[in-house]
Amino acid sequence: MLKKIRISIAVLFFTFITVYFLDFADLMPEQMNFLTRIQFVPAILSLSVIWIISLVVLALFFGRVYCSVICPMGIYQDLVGRIARLFRKKKKRFRYRKAKTILRWSIVAVVVVTFFIGFPLVLGLLDPYSAFGRMVVSVFSPVYILGNNLLEFIFTSFDNYTFYRADASIYSAFTFIIGLVTLLVIGYLAWKHGRTYCNTICPVGTVLGFLSKYSLLKVRLDHGKCNSCSLCELNCKAFCINSKEQEIDHSRCVTCFNCIESCNRNAISYSFAFGKSKNKEVKPDVVDEGKRKFLSTALLSTIAIPATVAGKVTGVEAANKLTPLTPPGSKGIKHLKDYCTSCHLCVSKCPSNILEPAFTEYGLSGIMMPTMRFQHGFCNYDCTICSEVCPNGAIQPLTVEEKHITQVGKVIFKKESCIVYTDETNCGACAEHCPTQAVTMVPYKGALTIPVTDQSICIGCGGCEYICPETGKAIFIEGNVEHEEAEMFEEAEKKEFDFGGFGF
Amino acid sequence: MDRRKFLSAIAVAGFGATITARGAVHVLSQNLGSQNGNPVDLVAVMGGNADEMFRRAITEMGGMDNFVKPGYKVCIKPNIGWDKIPELAGNTNPDLIGEIVKQCFDAGANEVVVFDNTCDDWVKCYKNSGIENAAKDAGAKIVPANQESYFRTVSIPRGKILKEAKIHEAILDSDIWINVPVLKHHGGARLSISMKNHMGIVWDRRFFHSNDLQQCIADICTLDKKPVLNVVDAYRTLKTNGPRGKSESDVVLTKSLFMSQDIVAVDTAAAKFFNQIESMPLDQVEHLANGQKLNIGTMNLESLNVKRIKI
Repeated sequence: MLKKIRISIAVLFFTFITVYFLDFADLMPEQMNFLTRIQFVPAILSLSVIWIISLVVLALFFGRVYCSVICPMGIYQDLVGRIARLFRKKKKRFRYRKAKTILRWSIVAVVVVTFFIGFPLVLGLLDPYSAFGRMVVSVFSPVYILGNNLLEFIFTSFDNYTFYRADASIYSAFTFIIGLVTLLVIGYLAWKHGRTYCNTICPVGTVLGFLSKYSLLKVRLDHGKCNSCSLCELNCKAFCINSKEQEIDHSRCVTCFNCIESCNRNAISYSFAFGKSKNKEVKPDVVDEGKRKFLSTALLSTIAIPATVAGKVTGVEAANKLTPLTPPGSKGIKHLKDYCTSCHLCVSKCPSNILEPAFTEYGLSGIMMPTMRFQHGFCNYDCTICSEVCPNGAIQPLTVEEKHITQVGKVIFKKESCIVYTDETNCGACAEHCPTQAVTMVPYKGALTIPVTDQSICIGCGGCEYICPETGKAIFIEGNVEHEEAEMFEEAEKKEFDFGGFGF
Repeated sequence: MDRRKFLSAIAVAGFGATITARGAVHVLSQNLGSQNGNPVDLVAVMGGNADEMFRRAITEMGGMDNFVKPGYKVCIKPNIGWDKIPELAGNTNPDLIGEIVKQCFDAGANEVVVFDNTCDDWVKCYKNSGIENAAKDAGAKIVPANQESYFRTVSIPRGKILKEAKIHEAILDSDIWINVPVLKHHGGARLSISMKNHMGIVWDRRFFHSNDLQQCIADICTLDKKPVLNVVDAYRTLKTNGPRGKSESDVVLTKSLFMSQDIVAVDTAAAKFFNQIESMPLDQVEHLANGQKLNIGTMNLESLNVKRIKI
C-alpha cells in the first residue's frame, strides 16, 4: 500500500515536472513552477524559508521521501530500474554494501567550498534537479519538438492549424553532450547499481540522509520476527539493509518501501521510534590513515584547483572583446554566477529562443549558464518569462515596468560597416526594431538616413543586432557586467486629429 | 493555374468589370462598379468604427461578392508585426479583421486564413494584437509564419532588384488574398502601408534591407499573385517612432479607412492623409514612385474616381 502511494505520487510529480520543462508553447499554468521551487537546491539558493523548512520537516518526519517522490532525478533512476528489470533474465538481486560515508561528505564539502569561493559549477553539475533539467532540455526537448512538428505536419495537411512548427535544433553540441552523458551515466548506475548516485554522489541525498537518521517515521526491522532471510536486502535498491546483522542504514534509505512489500513475515514496518533506535549505527572503530589522507587531499584540492582555475578565468574574461549578455533580472554576471545551477528551465521557456547555455563566455566557472544570443531573435520588450520561471532566484522576478528600464547591455554602432554608409541605400532595420528608439535614423545624404544611437535609453534587447542585414553586424550589443538602469525615453509630442479633410 | 483561376474569377466578377488603362499606368487594376453604376477606384471613409467604415467602403466597391466567390479559400494579410495592444497602433485593428473575415464567409468563402510574418515573437503578436481572437471568433484560421518551411520560392520576373522571394504558402495556396495594412510611420521606408505590408508575406526580409529597401518593396508588389483588395486601416495612426512606436503619444486617433485595388493609389492617398498629421512629402516615400515606374499602380489620384465619405 505504502509503495503504491509512493509510486502514484512520484509518477504525478515526475510527469508534471518533465512536461513543464518541455512545454515550449507555454500551455501549462504558471503555478506549475512550484514543482521546481520545492526542489532542494533551488529552495536553498532562493532562500525560500517556507520551502526549506518544509523540506527539512518532511525529512525529519518521513525520512528521504524527497528522494523517491519529489526529486525528478530519483524517479528517473527508478524508471530505469524498472525497465532494467524487464530486460533481466534473473530477478534483480541487490546486496548490502557498506556506506561510503567519507566519500559522500567529501563531495558535500567540495560542493559547499567551491560554491562559496565562487565556483558554483560543481554544485550545478551534481545537483540532481539541475542535472535532470539539462537532460530534459538538451536531450528530450529536441525529440519532443520533432514529435510536435510531425503532428503539425499531419494536422496542417488537413488544414488544421492546432499545432505549429518549432525549432528542434540542439542549442549547443556541448550542452547536448553534457545532457547525454548525465542521462547515460546516471542511467547506467540506475540500471546496474540502483540508487548509487543518490547514496554516494548526490550532495542533496547526503544531507537529507543525515536528517533522515533522526526522522520520526522510519523503515524498521522487528528483530523478533526477522529470520534474516535476506529477501528485503535483495530488493533494496539503496543497498542499505544488512539482513544478516538485521540493520538498516537510514541515511541511505530512500523510503521506497520495496522491502516492506517483499517481507513474508511482516517483520518490516514504517513506524515511529519510541525511545532510542535499536538499530546500531555503523561506526568505523579503527582510525583509517588512508581515509584521513583522502579526506584532507580532497579538501585541499577542493580549494586549490578551483582557485587557480578561477584566477586564470578572470584573465580570459577580461581579454574577451565582448562581455556576454546576462538575462534581464539576473543583475549581472556575478549574481548569475552566484546563484545559477544551469537547470536550463529559462533556456527552454524563452519564447524568442535567445537564451542559450554559455560555453566559456562567463569563464570556466560559468559554463552552461544561460546567456543571451541574438542569432535567432531578440529579447521581447514586454516579456519577463525567464525571470518568472527561475527557481533559484538567479534571475530575479521583474515587472514589465522594471524590465523596460533594465539595461543588460548597450548598443554599439560601427558606421563604416553599415550598408547606408557602404552601399548608400536606405535600410533602417535597426531603428525599426528598437523599442525605445535608442537607435534612430537621421538625415544622411539626400533622402538617405543613417542610424544614431543613444546608449542612455538602450536596454540591450538586441533587436538592432538581430535584424542588421550586415553579416558582420554593423550594430550590436555589448553586455553590461552589471545591469544598469536605463533612462526612460522621451515621449513624442501628442497630437489630435481635427477630422477636417482627407488631404487629397 | 492559380493565377488563371484568380484572373478569370475576377473577370467574371462584378457586372461592371472592365480592364482599362487609365493614363499610362493602371494596367492591372480592375474597376468594379459601385451601387450607382459608376466605377469607383478608391474609397476613403472617415469618422466611424473600423468595422463600420469597412462596411461602407466595400459597399461602394460593389460588395464583397465582387471579390469573394462561393467556395473560395481566402487569405487575409494584416500587419501583426509587433507585440502591441490595439491602442498602440502597431498592428492592424482587430475589429476590422473580424469584419472582413465575417464578410468573406457571408460571401460564401469556404475557408479564411490569417497570418503575418511577425517581427516580435509571433505567438505574442497574434495574441496581444487581438487579431487572433477577432479572426477566430469570426471563423477564420490563424496560420503561423515562424518557420522557413512555411514559405516557397517564387520568381519575380518584373522585379528590378528582387528577382525571387520565399512567399508564405497561405498566399500561394489561396484563391484570393486581401491586403489589410495599418497606416504607420516607418523609420526606413518612411511610411508603412499596403506596399510595405508585402514584407510580411516574405521570409527573408534582410535581403530587402541590404539591397535598396524602397526598390525591393516595389519589386515584391509586382508578384503575379496580387491582393484583390487593399484595405488601409487608419482608425489609429502611428505618427512617429514607427513602425513599432514607443508609447501611446505616438498614436493619433484618426478614424479613417482607405480601400482600393490600386496599391500605389491607395498608399498615395494614405500618405497624403498622413501628411496632414506629420510632414511626409511623397518623394520621401520612394517606394510609391518606384511602384508607379513598375506599372503596378498610379500616384495620380486625379485620374481616378475617388469616393470620399464622412460618417
